[in-house]
Amino acid sequence: MKDIGPVADLYRTELSRFEREIAGTTPAWMQQLRQAAGTRFADLGFPTTHHEEWRHTDVTPIVKTPFLTAKRGPDIAKAELEPMASWVGAGHLLAFVNGRFSPSLSLLKRLPEGVIAGSLEDSCVVSSGLLEAHLGQQAQYDDHVFVALNTAFLKEGAFIYLPPKMVIEEPILVVFASCANGEATVSHPRVLIVAGSSSRATVIESYVGLKDDLYFTNAVTEVVLGEEAVFDHHLLQQESRAAYHIGTLAVHQGRNSTFTSHSLAIGSTFDRSEVHALLAGEGGSCTLRGVYAATGRQHVDIHTRIEHAKPSCTSRQLYRGILDKQATGVFNGRIVVRADAHKTDARQTNNNLLLSEDAVIHTAPQLEIFADDVKCTHGATVGQLDRDVLFYLRSRGIDLEDARRLMTHAFGSELIRLIAQDRIRNRFTELLSRWASPSHSESLPA
Amino acid sequence: MPDPILQISDLHVATAGKEILRGLNLTIRAGEVHAVMGPNASGKSTLAYVLAGREGYQATAGTIRYEGKDLLIMPPEARAREGLFLAFQYPIEIPGMTTLQFLKAALNTIRKHRGLEELDAIDFLALVKERAQLLDVDVDFLNRPVNAGFSGGEKKRNEILQMTFLDPKLAILDETDSGLDIDALKIVAGGVNALRRPDRAMLLITHYQRLLKFVVPDYIHILLNGRIVQSGGKELALTVEERGYGWLEGPDTRISEEKAAP
Repeated sequence: MKDIGPVADLYRTELSRFEREIAGTTPAWMQQLRQAAGTRFADLGFPTTHHEEWRHTDVTPIVKTPFLTAKRGPDIAKAELEPMASWVGAGHLLAFVNGRFSPSLSLLKRLPEGVIAGSLEDSCVVSSGLLEAHLGQQAQYDDHVFVALNTAFLKEGAFIYLPPKMVIEEPILVVFASCANGEATVSHPRVLIVAGSSSRATVIESYVGLKDDLYFTNAVTEVVLGEEAVFDHHLLQQESRAAYHIGTLAVHQGRNSTFTSHSLAIGSTFDRSEVHALLAGEGGSCTLRGVYAATGRQHVDIHTRIEHAKPSCTSRQLYRGILDKQATGVFNGRIVVRADAHKTDARQTNNNLLLSEDAVIHTAPQLEIFADDVKCTHGATVGQLDRDVLFYLRSRGIDLEDARRLMTHAFGSELIRLIAQDRIRNRFTELLSRWASPSHSESLPA
Repeated sequence: MPDPILQISDLHVATAGKEILRGLNLTIRAGEVHAVMGPNASGKSTLAYVLAGREGYQATAGTIRYEGKDLLIMPPEARAREGLFLAFQYPIEIPGMTTLQFLKAALNTIRKHRGLEELDAIDFLALVKERAQLLDVDVDFLNRPVNAGFSGGEKKRNEILQMTFLDPKLAILDETDSGLDIDALKIVAGGVNALRRPDRAMLLITHYQRLLKFVVPDYIHILLNGRIVQSGGKELALTVEERGYGWLEGPDTRISEEKAAP
């Protein structure tokens, strides 16, 4: 797969230009990491649909589009970002435009002693050791070309660090806003979160398009949880309806740590979101809940992989998909139980609602179990709106269109209502509701 | 005599390819409470569903006029907006939608249709509290998904609660008494009685006369084999209690051994 075509050449040209531009501004280890990843990117090449992991997701449009590295974003006004960020209330905000950190749009309140929430680049100065120890360790670029590509451009991003026992109640919102301004651009957002033992925090990652631009977001987030850490993660994907989004969330969990993630994917024309969680210590608990909703010609692909490496860990995956018009979806959930991971308790459920005859979902659980004393269950359903419920709603005066909208919303709400924090739950609910409303779907391209 | 709210003439209805109602006639006027009684598979639920507009219930002959208009061409939501309400025998569960959301969506749709303003959150909650009290419903339970995990009695009370919200002209109660213990039955009956008004009609559909002790109808009709075979006053319920339905069976009204499709 070495012959990876003119676009890969373009990326290589962009990479050399990038390296020249930033020469000497990043630590040596980071430059080495970029170089290794860049080499790996060239070796791997872009996948085709012959590649098992990409069977139902064709990256040709990404490969064929000459995306240029996003320039520093046009100066967007605070007011433009406000609706994307103000809902979080009194929390902390890290804002990025086209992958670049924007101190003026960010809202960094005073954080307790020892906590870091800021730009990765700035953190290189004081926390180089922490970054070196963790960056590129969880999100493996060896076998993932898009992670390799992101890592090859590694320089900016968000860094969050919690010292042991630190508890932060207010959520930290990290917004990656994109605004291409007529030129097809790519950005490679990077987030690193290191949560010390027994720490506790809530983070929201939000990807938003400010206009209906064509651009490509290739994001990587790494989360490292120490022993007994409790971490609530949220992911909102509201990219522009012309945009391509590829994201990888890689989580490393220490003993008795608890990781919970809620995701809502409603934007972009193409979304491939991966979650890789490694339960690396005994007694860890990992919960992934996600709602994906697609219409028009949107394509959404969720790939999860939870690896139980140590005994007595629990994992729960609950994903719901809503597909309308000609939208296509993929859910591929993998559970790996290593040989000594006894007493593993793993569950996976994927429910899909198809709102049109043309919508398609490919759903497949993949279980690889090498231990004996384990409990692993999985289930997948594909269905339409329940006719009895539709009739019940109509018999109360609600017209067919509204009944469908209410039921669609209810289907997704069942997961969203499990979000612990009110503000975040309300925001997710509101976004899903807006997605399901007829005025929204009318404005969408067929 | 007030104009009829409902006028059913020679109604024939088939479901799943089988004729269930075979020439049913019934007229209901404002202020009246009618009860239709009958054994299993006599066509009681089919009557309820065809009135509410459930798909799969085909009127093959006859007419239904609702306030003078052809009911059969109206979609279910139009019937509801015009004031027809069916309390379901088996209320449907709606996972992910709370009863409050459901009530609010229904109430505001119907208010809008009637040219009334939508209720805001505060007025709506005040109304909910008042009505919930009437039916001894815990307000917390309205924050749970519609009917999900509700007991039989809770489901039936929820139906009547909806009825009090939607202010119908014609309320059809399909086996509302089934599955209720005596206390729940009294509460439900109290709710129904509170809704009796000179401008509102009710149709109680029931197998047993239990409910009719608490909600006393003006007229009782016996439905057998898809036809009304006997009509009378409230005393007819006592006859049914004593003698069952067997005495009404003639050669023309043999009860089908097959059960109607649910």
